[in-house]
Amino acid sequence: MSVYFPQKKLPYLLVLPQLIITAIFFLWPAGQAFKQAFYREDAFGLSQTFIGFGNFIDLFQDPLYYKSMGVTMVFSFSVAFFGIAIALWLAVMADRVIRGKMAYQTLLVWPYAVAPALAGVLWWILFDPNIGPIALFLDRIGIHWNHFLNGDQAMILVVIAATWKQISYNFLFFLAGLQAIPRSLIEAAAIDGAGPFKRFWDIVFPLLSPTTFFLLVVNLVYAFFDTFGVIDTTTQGGPDGSTNTLVYKVFKDGFIGLDSGGSAAQSIVLMAIVGLMTVVQFRFIERKVQY
Amino acid sequence: MRKLTLAMAVLGGLSLSGSSFAATEIQWWHAMGGANGQELNRIVKEFNDSQNKYKVDPVFKGTYTETMTSAIAAFRAHKQPAIVQVFEVGTASMMAAKGAIYPVYQLMKDTREPFNPKDYLSSVTGYYSDLKGNMLSMPFNSSTPVLYYNKDMFKKAGISSPPKTWEEVAADSKKLLASGAKCGFTTGWQSWVQLENLSARHNVPFASNDDGFAGLNTKLLFNGPLQVMHITKMHEWQKSGIFSYGGRRSDSVPKFYSQQCAMYTGSSSAYGGMVKNAKFDFGVSSLPYWASEVKKPSNTIIGGASLWVLRGKSKEQYKAVAAFLHFLSTPKIQAEWHQFTGYLPITHAAYELTKKEGFYKTHPGTDVAVLQMTASKPTVNSRGLRLGNFVQIRDVINSALESVWSGQATPQAALNTAVKRGDALLRRFERAHQ
Repeated sequence: MSVYFPQKKLPYLLVLPQLIITAIFFLWPAGQAFKQAFYREDAFGLSQTFIGFGNFIDLFQDPLYYKSMGVTMVFSFSVAFFGIAIALWLAVMADRVIRGKMAYQTLLVWPYAVAPALAGVLWWILFDPNIGPIALFLDRIGIHWNHFLNGDQAMILVVIAATWKQISYNFLFFLAGLQAIPRSLIEAAAIDGAGPFKRFWDIVFPLLSPTTFFLLVVNLVYAFFDTFGVIDTTTQGGPDGSTNTLVYKVFKDGFIGLDSGGSAAQSIVLMAIVGLMTVVQFRFIERKVQY
Repeated sequence: MRKLTLAMAVLGGLSLSGSSFAATEIQWWHAMGGANGQELNRIVKEFNDSQNKYKVDPVFKGTYTETMTSAIAAFRAHKQPAIVQVFEVGTASMMAAKGAIYPVYQLMKDTREPFNPKDYLSSVTGYYSDLKGNMLSMPFNSSTPVLYYNKDMFKKAGISSPPKTWEEVAADSKKLLASGAKCGFTTGWQSWVQLENLSARHNVPFASNDDGFAGLNTKLLFNGPLQVMHITKMHEWQKSGIFSYGGRRSDSVPKFYSQQCAMYTGSSSAYGGMVKNAKFDFGVSSLPYWASEVKKPSNTIIGGASLWVLRGKSKEQYKAVAAFLHFLSTPKIQAEWHQFTGYLPITHAAYELTKKEGFYKTHPGTDVAVLQMTASKPTVNSRGLRLGNFVQIRDVINSALESVWSGQATPQAALNTAVKRGDALLRRFERAHQ
């Protein structure tokens, strides 16, 4: 289905503001990063040397970079999976509630208003091995919690902090998706004798698949790019690099380490990875989506 | 008569404001928040009120890292401040940027501002001087690691004086554990205290090239016998409860506040926090050393920050900078800053003045850091460290030590890895500054 506009120029004029914004805030900085990735430069920009693929070669010879990739995969897929699964469960529950529906829904959306950095700090304090109530409780039931030393626990902590925030966002979309499913379909299935579990898996879940797919893409992009605030305010990539995700490494090497070339090369690779992943998602997973 | 003076003042004021006689303004970007930031503003105001030729405008830029990176970004955009406060690990990066910085000794000479490097504590200025002893930046807030101990817990364990050596730390900790303490000691800033200062205190190099002072082709040397022995001991102590790791930076200090640990090795500038948070009687003592390794320990090295002057300003503005730096170094201002913040006094005169005022008597322990810094003449190994990419090297060291504390690597293997990774970072810095 296509729509034809009589004028040739108007459509371009209408998308122009968006194009300008994209050019200024994405294409231009991305172009700068692309150029910087091929130079070696001191912090003050007093000397610049073109070194070709030198920064990329350094990067791919660095075992820490591969470690960071592994960390990022574990982190991103955990955040996307738990964020979507928990939000879906909460949305199904909230959709069923009849009394006080608004109150539940509003409360569940609240965490989204918390800035990622703050969310990190909140969980950091709750889990602090010396003073955090959750850590002290875990200690009492025999789980020794110390995310300063234990890489797995540090990872669990940042996943919780990053997921917690995202659940609200996913929840909103699932709730809207659920409310768009015609009651008659579910009622018909119920009359045919399908139990609640079967109704969910055979009717509700497939009909929600466009929403789920959209959220998968959005959540993965969120976990890849937007979570550096959470990590910066909590583990700062530690202990021993076990929460050093790719985007945090870009930030740390570029803004703290002042190595603009190496950091730019990393961001080019990161952009390529996320671009590739999105293409894969649209080509292979989208086929299973029923619109 | 008074009316006449007033009229003249008004006329004078008019002509002043209307011409180039207006006060020369300079910006100072700093990283001092909270109470220290207010004290800084008060000092600047005192300077601005003391004369009418120059006006300093202090701007708080966030953390040390944020302040440094925003100053560098501003320099690249030709909008840099005249003065920027840079933490000690940024020293090598600033020094290497020859076209961007105006060395302080040069500035003082060019503007004929009174300046005598001998007035300053050499163990402080050494960190910021070139090989000829010329001061490149102006020390502002310097601290050094000391030992804090819980007097109440010591009394309970029957220990009368704080430990001077690591041997005594171990022995005292055993007594403390026996008397019910959860841990003997914990440490803040592990790389700074347990490796950088450990090396300096035992007069052992941390890196080649005189700890990086003599050139850019420096190699790290902190995987030597002394450092490996110390980290091995700490690992053993961790298993027996003598030492407990509490995180990077000063994340571990709550262990001391909450009386889980009876001792804490950390920055002398943590004194203010101790006074506020410690609900018990605490004491300050010098940073321990290994009696088995040295008879008399060397001085410790500093942390904190110094003030760098950036290029690209007018002659008049540099006069203002010089006058302000001179003002900051006067004994009165230095003594006030030292007493308020707990940072070291950077001049001998400020120390003497504070002593004369009786401050050390009313605030016992605040002179420990100064005495520790000045007890011996700094050697090439206790002057300070000058390493490029030092921020990342610290990160590498933190990772290595954490892998020891979590039992994933032996001390020797962990320090070897850290040296290897750190050397790679040094080579990168070297290549960028050829």
